[in-house]
Amino acid sequence: MDNQTLIAIVSIIIAGLTIAIGGIGPALGQGKSIAAALSALAQQPDASPTITRTLFVGLAMVESVAIYCFVVAMIVLFANPFWNYTVAQISGG
Amino acid sequence: MHLSSDEIILWQWGWVNLNVTIITTWCIMLLMIAGGWLITRKLNQGLHIPRWQNALEVVVLALDSQIKEVGLNESRRYLPFIGTLFLFILISNILSVVPWYEPPTGSMSTTAALAISVFLAVPFFGIREKGLLNYLRTYIKPTPIMLPFNLLGELSRTLALAIRLFGNMMSGTMIIAILLMVTPFIFPVLMNLLHLITGVVQAYIFSILATVYIAAVTRNNKQ
Repeated sequence: MDNQTLIAIVSIIIAGLTIAIGGIGPALGQGKSIAAALSALAQQPDASPTITRTLFVGLAMVESVAIYCFVVAMIVLFANPFWNYTVAQISGG
Repeated sequence: MHLSSDEIILWQWGWVNLNVTIITTWCIMLLMIAGGWLITRKLNQGLHIPRWQNALEVVVLALDSQIKEVGLNESRRYLPFIGTLFLFILISNILSVVPWYEPPTGSMSTTAALAISVFLAVPFFGIREKGLLNYLRTYIKPTPIMLPFNLLGELSRTLALAIRLFGNMMSGTMIIAILLMVTPFIFPVLMNLLHLITGVVQAYIFSILATVYIAAVTRNNKQ
């Protein structure tokens, strides 16, 4: 199995695993934060603007981890420097 | 399938190249400047104000009250910077409904530039409010051992701002491109709607985080 095939296989597997495993944590965290926000809203409906704003800011912060995993998966699939290097070697050499 | 609109180069001369991201950013700037100038040409203070002036006042006052709620009481001093961040990101994301339009915030260069401007603005506002020595002293609070962690925290916050906006916008364009290849009828429309909502929320998040960072740095002189 030469270099190029090995890099292709590992890149595909790792891209899938990255986005799959990386999506678990943020999803659980967002679920818990929304549950907490809903119970807080039920107890104090007057504070609804503050609670809603804090909820959205918190959700975006938690979402960033999922976004990092997504960006890494995209880079590994579409802008993979190791793949580009081996392609350049084979087409140039 | 291209990863960002940086790769579509329209004109090149030496090492300077004019790609779609830059052209789109210029168009958005032109739109904002022309719109602002047209609306504020004849400002009216009576009972009946023109419609567009009313709309703009709603936006500006909402931003003002948001900045006050985060904790910056002299909101007028920070409103130009934060308002421009919010309106630029909002307009560049909402214009995604226009066909053949790629948002410039879907390219890492634009989001990195916006994050760097926040990174430079935080010390600027901090030094303007508190003076150079007091600002530098915030890095050794609560103990001097925290100095490397505070510095690293500054850098990672900036990086997180850039990547968050870039990831959200790039994922929208890429998902729609992939879905158009697979199920080209109703589902891409729904994903486009989700992408628009995400765009608006991300514009709000970016500006609120910038406000929170500035408030954290200019806050301590009341304690």
